[in-house]
Amino acid sequence: MEELREILEGIHPEVDYDSETGLIDRRIFDSFDVITLVGELMDHFDVEITAEQMVPDHFNSMQAIWSLLEELMEE
Amino acid sequence: MIQRTIIDYLRKAAEECPDKCAYFDDSLKLSYGRLNTLARGIATRLIGKLQVTCRPVAVYMDKSPMMIAAFFGTVYSGNFYAPIDTSMPDYRLKLVMENLKPVGIITDASHYDVARAYCSNVFLIEEFGDETIDDALIETQLSHVLDTDPLYVLYTSGSTGVPKGVVVSHAALIDYIDEFCAAIPIGPDDIVANQAPFYFDASLIDIYCTLHEGATMGIVPLSSFSVPVKLLTYLEENKITFIRWVPSALKMISTLKGFKTLKPSHLKTVVFGAEAMPVKCYNYWYENLPDVQFIQIYGPTEITGVCTYYFCDRAYEESETIPIGKAFHNTSVFLLDEDNKRISRKDVAGEICVKGTCLALGYYNAPEKTAEFFVQNPLNPYFPERIYRTGDLAKYNENGDLVFISRKDYQIKHMGHRIELGEIEATAAFLPGIRNAYCIHDPVKDKIIMFYESDTYDDKSLTEDLKKRLVRYMVPNEVRKLDHMPMLKNGKVDRMKLKEM
Repeated sequence: MEELREILEGIHPEVDYDSETGLIDRRIFDSFDVITLVGELMDHFDVEITAEQMVPDHFNSMQAIWSLLEELMEE
Repeated sequence: MIQRTIIDYLRKAAEECPDKCAYFDDSLKLSYGRLNTLARGIATRLIGKLQVTCRPVAVYMDKSPMMIAAFFGTVYSGNFYAPIDTSMPDYRLKLVMENLKPVGIITDASHYDVARAYCSNVFLIEEFGDETIDDALIETQLSHVLDTDPLYVLYTSGSTGVPKGVVVSHAALIDYIDEFCAAIPIGPDDIVANQAPFYFDASLIDIYCTLHEGATMGIVPLSSFSVPVKLLTYLEENKITFIRWVPSALKMISTLKGFKTLKPSHLKTVVFGAEAMPVKCYNYWYENLPDVQFIQIYGPTEITGVCTYYFCDRAYEESETIPIGKAFHNTSVFLLDEDNKRISRKDVAGEICVKGTCLALGYYNAPEKTAEFFVQNPLNPYFPERIYRTGDLAKYNENGDLVFISRKDYQIKHMGHRIELGEIEATAAFLPGIRNAYCIHDPVKDKIIMFYESDTYDDKSLTEDLKKRLVRYMVPNEVRKLDHMPMLKNGKVDRMKLKEM
């Protein structure tokens, strides 16, 4: 999860990722941030994220993103 | 009768297809007839209260079809409009308002209090509906408007830390839209999906080509651009045929392979520009939508919209650059070398220069900046002839098409936005406690990285303070503290060394 934190902080260093649960819904990450994030996650963790998986529920918090990544890395 | 304004477009559409939907979003549909009536109602109120012509009215509200009614209402009143980004922090908003000094502000309820701080004549968009229209008064005001008068002011990043307002005339916009619609396939049956904010020139194609053709334009909800399936569903459900999006927005679909889920079946034309198109993204769209015409366009705000276009007709190799193509009719686009000589040979780099009716009038309330970029054509010593020096470098390929190379200065394209790194640096340097601040742009990762020297700031507090002063896409993606900036012998910062760090 620390690698994920580093990627997130590389996009928005000012966010408290341990407590924030509205990264998408509160528009802390706009569409341009999201596309940057998804690109970096796919590169760094060598996973394939599909369009169906790109929904706010999977990206609203660091914990939710991590759960998605764990699921994808098991496949 | 040569005196033409964009009101002619609106009148024609309102006459020919009054009941047709012109602009819509999730909560409102405006027909051409209704739009015209609303605009004339807004104008009647503006004229009564302001009693001026040819002065700026700021339109400071969230994007909606009513915002377009506010634009045309302003024009009907004999004045010109300036769309202002509502997400701008107060610090930057103040700089813009001090430059513009609007005679009135049209705003919505959620921005009313902010607007009041900058102007005593604030009009609430929610209060416009069915007021009386004074036709005679409107015609009198309009009779004063020439096609050389301003139509709008759009604000863009300025290298000294102060945003620049590009002021464009009716004649320039009419020339631009007429020629664009002649060259690019768009017609009355098209349904356009608008992505660009109205304070960017990219939205001019959406708004004005729609109006010119009597077509229909939908405003895509902002949140859809973070959720590709929602975005594709929007295109399908609204039977969208035409989009003019920045590559960053197209990338969302290609990175997540969105067409596996849904291919928009009505789409006919995809126009893209404002930043480099990654070939990988283009190929994904091209291969999945073989019946769609893809068109790359190029041009800065200062020549109204875009000045060159290129019809893509194949997939490209990763090593290739998609050309920006050739000039629109009635526009001259040429390359000058360092000695101001015209370049005509292929593969020789030169600065892109533009002349024609499409040139902006200049920068609002900034004569020195205007003189710096809108200059006498160095190829013509015989009579006054303005050209715009874009600061962009390009070359001709073997087909005579222009191919973009890079910028001459520190202006960058980041997430589809045009940014002067100097504006970010100047903003940081104004903060007490910052000794030095310099930015570089990593075009591969599309990241802005700021290096700074300070005893009081750390990375987090600096980012927080910059967020209060810069629009979000200008806030550096990464800030790095240094004990000492690497300097060149001439006393300037060594940007090459910063890039290696």
